[in-house]
Amino acid sequence: MSIESTHSHEDHTHAADHDDHHDHKPSSLLDRWLFTTNHKDIGTLYLVFSLLMFFIGGSMAMVIRAELFMPGLQLVEPDFFNQMTTMHALIMVFGAVMPAWVGFANWMIPMMIGAPDMALPRMNNWSFWILPFAFAMLLSTLFMDSGGPAAGWTLYPPLSLQSGQNFAFVVFAVHMMGISSIMGSINVIATILNMRAPGMTLLKMPLFVWTWLITAFLLIAVMPVLAGAVTMLLTDHFFGTSFFNAAGGGDPVMFQHIFWFFGHPEVYIMILPAFGVVSEIIPTFARKPLFGYSAMVYATASIAFLSFIVWAHHMFTVGMPLTGELFFMYATMLIAVPTGVKVFNWVSTMWRGSMTFETPMLFAIGFVVLFTIGGLSGLMLAIAAVDLQYHDTYFVVAHFHYVLVPGAVFALMAGAYYWLPKWTGRMYSEKWGKIHFWLSAISVNILFFPQHYLGLAGMPRRIPDYSTQFADFNMISSVGGFIFGASQLIFVGVIVHCVYKSRQTATGRVWEGAKGLEWILSSPPPYHSFNTPPVIDSTTMAHADESH
Amino acid sequence: MAHIADDTYYVPHGTKWPIIGSLGMITMLSSAAFWVNGSEIAPWSFLLGALILIYMMFGWFGEVIRESEAGMYNDQVDTSFRMGMMWFIFSEVMFFACFFGALFYARMFSVAWLGGEGTGALTNELLWQGYEAVWPTAGPEGLGGDFKTVPAFGVPFINTLILLFSGLTVTLAHHALKKNERGRLVFWLFATVVLGFFFVFLQVEEYIEAYQHLGLTLGSGIYGSTFFMLTGFHGMHVTLGAIMLLVIAIRSMRGHFKPDHHFGFEAVAWYWHFVDVVWLGLFIFVYVY
Repeated sequence: MSIESTHSHEDHTHAADHDDHHDHKPSSLLDRWLFTTNHKDIGTLYLVFSLLMFFIGGSMAMVIRAELFMPGLQLVEPDFFNQMTTMHALIMVFGAVMPAWVGFANWMIPMMIGAPDMALPRMNNWSFWILPFAFAMLLSTLFMDSGGPAAGWTLYPPLSLQSGQNFAFVVFAVHMMGISSIMGSINVIATILNMRAPGMTLLKMPLFVWTWLITAFLLIAVMPVLAGAVTMLLTDHFFGTSFFNAAGGGDPVMFQHIFWFFGHPEVYIMILPAFGVVSEIIPTFARKPLFGYSAMVYATASIAFLSFIVWAHHMFTVGMPLTGELFFMYATMLIAVPTGVKVFNWVSTMWRGSMTFETPMLFAIGFVVLFTIGGLSGLMLAIAAVDLQYHDTYFVVAHFHYVLVPGAVFALMAGAYYWLPKWTGRMYSEKWGKIHFWLSAISVNILFFPQHYLGLAGMPRRIPDYSTQFADFNMISSVGGFIFGASQLIFVGVIVHCVYKSRQTATGRVWEGAKGLEWILSSPPPYHSFNTPPVIDSTTMAHADESH
Repeated sequence: MAHIADDTYYVPHGTKWPIIGSLGMITMLSSAAFWVNGSEIAPWSFLLGALILIYMMFGWFGEVIRESEAGMYNDQVDTSFRMGMMWFIFSEVMFFACFFGALFYARMFSVAWLGGEGTGALTNELLWQGYEAVWPTAGPEGLGGDFKTVPAFGVPFINTLILLFSGLTVTLAHHALKKNERGRLVFWLFATVVLGFFFVFLQVEEYIEAYQHLGLTLGSGIYGSTFFMLTGFHGMHVTLGAIMLLVIAIRSMRGHFKPDHHFGFEAVAWYWHFVDVVWLGLFIFVYVY
């Protein structure tokens, strides 16, 4: 499948550098960051913003774990505790993980497909610059008389309808996040479908690009549904409608159906790009092409399709007809098949590879192992009959934190370490990266593994106090939480050091085994990645020998 | 993949419009939140936010139009715009799907269960004895009082004909544009705009009738909720579409668009057909059936 290349890749790096004069970096700070249309600058904004949100949401998690350190009420009022669980979830989902992935998409997709920038650069700026305002509005509710939202991030009526002053602010903040996500996703799809360099056919695209294409589709399909759901909450609260009020012929359970029609694809929105990043990193450090590239693509698409028909497994205890329970149980279990294909392919990629264990690879392997644990507890939860026992216990908390923290967040860390030298042109401190990994990997298990036991023993989620029999595991979990939280400060230290202090410059290739178009550019890459389309040569692609 | 004509890409320079849009949006939405909480000055700051957003749209679209008319956009940019509009309309489809879903859920499940069907037998027996599941309904407690529905084959049927006819007129305008018959283009566009606003006018009349004579309000239980949310959001989209058509008509009078290059026209036409199709769904499932 190799296309004859007329000149070498090094020529391209030069050509891109050479053309740089016609649209160079703006000089003033305002022009550079506020008015920017550059995919790298916008990507940086997204990443910095999400890191800030990660620490704000993380500090709320610290409050939660501090309160749960011992039985009894010690630090906060129960209502404030509920505000913390609610805000922690909203901020981590919509403020940390999702914008972080959009940041990666912005930085990497144009480079990976050989484009100069995103397809709609001005809209790209707006997608980002809505977010700080949306989160300012969301966070401002904490300072209102009513306090912040406290009914859980799922905003279930009738409880959420009893919220005070904060309610409308939360709803409109969610609307703004939705508008931002939809515009960002439209941009990603248009970029991938329209801006690929000639010869970059769909099935030559890097897995990260593929997973983001499918993620963007999911986002455009479900964010409007969330917007509709919160709009109905708003009108039920303020304008006398009866969507979720049985007295008027509506049904609170209807909200749950609509919410989870959004909510289940949403969890894949947070994890599919993680699959993509891990699929980039493992071949690099195993020095082997990705095993089963096309199977990975089809598995991603299958997971996305299934994500639309499994939502009611979040509500097995709500009183659904038996046929409904069975359908959603079997459909949910089906997801294990494409996910299993993925895990098998990652392991097979490593099989007999010449592996080295730099920080990105450590995080990627940590992802494969720990995400799989989260996946398996998910299978347990999928069994409707036993979910009656697990539902709304700490087992659920353990499950989704395994897929989101050592899952999505580890993949974000892996990606950040993997591409940091490419972005900055300097190497980060491998020693501190490894310390960050080992502290995180150990503490995350101390933090979340005991929560499985707590849940199985019957400890409910979203409570500030608990029976004394849960004391030991909670204390262990809290200690793990504090170590994990503190360890993330190392990450900030590594980034700051890499950007401002590191003396060790990175080569264009950065990693010996790295494949893909982003590595034929210099480190840091030129302001506009490719001013002329690069020539696609299958030996530069991560899954090169697939068709030979 | 679009064909790249001359091996160079188009990347626009920096822009101040998005940040102005964000300021307008946060002003408008935070004001809306203060407004529903009873603030007295919030309606004015809401208006201010809306004006900032309108200013942003004039500025942003104006810049894009000037660049387009100056021939700065190649085929690839055109394709990006087309994809952007297509996927935006898809997001709108999903937004309406949410409210249609609420309508179907209420009609097929929640009302039936409240009436005692399936697992709802005890609910009916213990909470709302004697409630019969019928449609339309204001629920077991008849929230909002007695009401009558809007007959399908009155104003709604006329509105159906208006929208279908407007779909025809916008297509006639498109054909005229392709043949470069500017007079007919402008004529059919204005005909579409008039039909669009006439639809909105009749809808407003229908709402007044519903509130004043039929007793049908937003608070009329699940029927009133679904009726006004679906037709209301649709009406807002028709209004928006008609304004977009008006802009396109004025641009056509100024000589914009070429027979082979007129994305702005097509985007608005797509949008118009989208609100048309949504209306057909509304007419069938809200009014007729």
